[in-house]
Amino acid sequence: MLSLNNLHITADNKEIVKGVTLNVPAGEVHVIMGPNGSGKSTLANTIMGHPKYTVTTGTITFNNKDITQARPDERARAGLFLSMQYPPSIAGVTISQFLRAAYNATHTPAFSVMEFNKVLREKIDELEIDRSFIKRNINEGFSGGEKKRIEILQLLVLEPRFAILDETDSGLDVDALKVVMDGVKQFATPKRGVFIITHYARLLEFLKPNAVHIMREGNIVRTDGAELALEIEKKGFEK
Amino acid sequence: MPKKTQITIDRSTFDSANKDQSKYKAKPGLSKEVVLEISRQKNEPEWMLERRLKALELYHNTPLPSWGPSLKDLNLDNIIYFVRPNTEEAKSWDDVPTDIRTTFEKLGIPEAEQKSLSGVGAQYDSDVIYHKLKKEWAAKGVIFENMDVAVQKYPDTVKKYFMTSCVPINDHKFVMLHAAVWSGGTFIYVPPGVKVDIPLQAYFRMNAELGGQFEHTLIIADRNSEVHYIEGCSAPRFDAKSLHAGCVELFVHEGSRMRYSSIENWSKNIYNLNTKRALVDKNGIVEWVNGNMGSGTTMLYPCSILRGENARSESLGIAFAGPGQHQDTGSKVIHAAPDTSSVIRSKSISAGGGVSSYRGLVRATPQAKHSKSSVTCDALLLDDASTSNTYPYMKIANSDMDVAHEARVGKIGDEEIFYLMSRGLSQEEATKLVVSGFIAPVIKQLPLEYAVELNRLIELEMEGAVG
Repeated sequence: MLSLNNLHITADNKEIVKGVTLNVPAGEVHVIMGPNGSGKSTLANTIMGHPKYTVTTGTITFNNKDITQARPDERARAGLFLSMQYPPSIAGVTISQFLRAAYNATHTPAFSVMEFNKVLREKIDELEIDRSFIKRNINEGFSGGEKKRIEILQLLVLEPRFAILDETDSGLDVDALKVVMDGVKQFATPKRGVFIITHYARLLEFLKPNAVHIMREGNIVRTDGAELALEIEKKGFEK
Repeated sequence: MPKKTQITIDRSTFDSANKDQSKYKAKPGLSKEVVLEISRQKNEPEWMLERRLKALELYHNTPLPSWGPSLKDLNLDNIIYFVRPNTEEAKSWDDVPTDIRTTFEKLGIPEAEQKSLSGVGAQYDSDVIYHKLKKEWAAKGVIFENMDVAVQKYPDTVKKYFMTSCVPINDHKFVMLHAAVWSGGTFIYVPPGVKVDIPLQAYFRMNAELGGQFEHTLIIADRNSEVHYIEGCSAPRFDAKSLHAGCVELFVHEGSRMRYSSIENWSKNIYNLNTKRALVDKNGIVEWVNGNMGSGTTMLYPCSILRGENARSESLGIAFAGPGQHQDTGSKVIHAAPDTSSVIRSKSISAGGGVSSYRGLVRATPQAKHSKSSVTCDALLLDDASTSNTYPYMKIANSDMDVAHEARVGKIGDEEIFYLMSRGLSQEEATKLVVSGFIAPVIKQLPLEYAVELNRLIELEMEGAVG
């Protein structure tokens, strides 16, 4: 489904990712762990097409289509979704306004306002978000945990085919983590793929990945089953 | 069920000039003969002609302002100072000539009427051709009239208020010009205690090539009354540089409340040099909402003079400067009495090399004890080629005043755009969404159909400027 093939990525003329190859087939959940600065977030943002990063060598293919040079909106319309580590706030634009614009950009036919609001309310209730939130401006004055819930709300409403979750579990207390991970589990059906970047193995209490990759200094240095995450949590990344 | 009306605005609506069928056009340039002719054709009383001639004399002896945007391409000798369209004042929509009606239909005037707005006044060049006020207001003594007609019908009131204490004829060069050649515009009088709860509105449109537009707006809210007046302006695009020098005088008497909203969308070759001022008495409130997106060069600084105790002024402004445009706008407040307060909020957007400047003044006299003022200017730059300037002047002559000023300039963020694009919005849609959010606090102050229109206008401007 999503394939990275010998991917080299630079930012400000500095090489950050140095030849990553990975394949996440449909129906699988993959986890990437690694110390700070190992290139995980760079990888996630590059898959989504962030203009700050340049792919110097290698390709990104999604559903057998080369998207290495595609614009972020083209990738989104193809079905990719990135839950950001630090989503920005946008003054004056409400969550419902934003989500409806995003829904209509990625779906045909578009929903009417009433249909859309119905779906939005269902998902909000599932994620135990206060309904008044959708009238608030995107991420303005939100706590870290609130931002993450809103990212997952977007995931559930937009229903992409592949989700990249960049430290979506950080900054959440146990209850919030459960709600968010229930959302991810609901999303992870056999036709979809999930790619999770995390520091914490605690996430595995909620969701069992098909593979865990360890990233260090711009490379995947080890790949194994779910048990690898627990080992890392005990022993750290050194070995 | 009321008919749902969509206001669609096509840029070509504004940029195509109707075939010029004006009934009378003065020769280019300003002279005593032109002024005499204007006054003669309008059959004005002697005092108005005297005022015009005095202003003309002052105008000839006053140099152009030496500050602000460049006016070097403005050739004042090439401008036609008086144009009368080939139509008499119409009482109803059906009386308006077809091509003029087509233009207004494109601009959405009849829709505005359908939406049961209380009155529509539209200025076609120098005459108001369509002017109507709902009977219920007329019955309460509210006057909503063409300024030319008001001179004839209400001479005592006009003589007392017209360019005397609010904007005197000697105020500055373009006020002098305006006073000499003014034509048309709106006169509103709201009697004591009357609250006009639906906005009164007028549309201005300039159409004869090189035709100057010098409409005069005079609004008097008598004691404890309330009124909201909305003006929308658009002009078709011409080759030669044209001038708009209107004047707005607001009298907010004791305990009354007035809101003045204006959307100015003159075409890109217009110099928009406008003067707007309010005199606010005890416990009075004036609210200004100004949107400026057209014109090549705009100089506009709506001013509130708070001369009575506890008078208040709120001013909201949006300016959009696209390629080749210089929007020099801002607000002025003079605190001249105790316990007065003012709030100024200004938002500007610059794109495609456009320049927006906030130029504002807060002045307080020694009498303005326990007064307060708060000024916030936000500027959004859509690219590196565009410019934003801030010139906030403060002259506070007492130590007992609370003054706050905040200015922010931000470039549209790569992270914000990436975030929105990562959800499927194109770069253009993403930029529009960020801009609509930026101006949302001001847009929310407008009635719905104007909010929609202003948003659309800014979106249209961005299509030419973002790329």
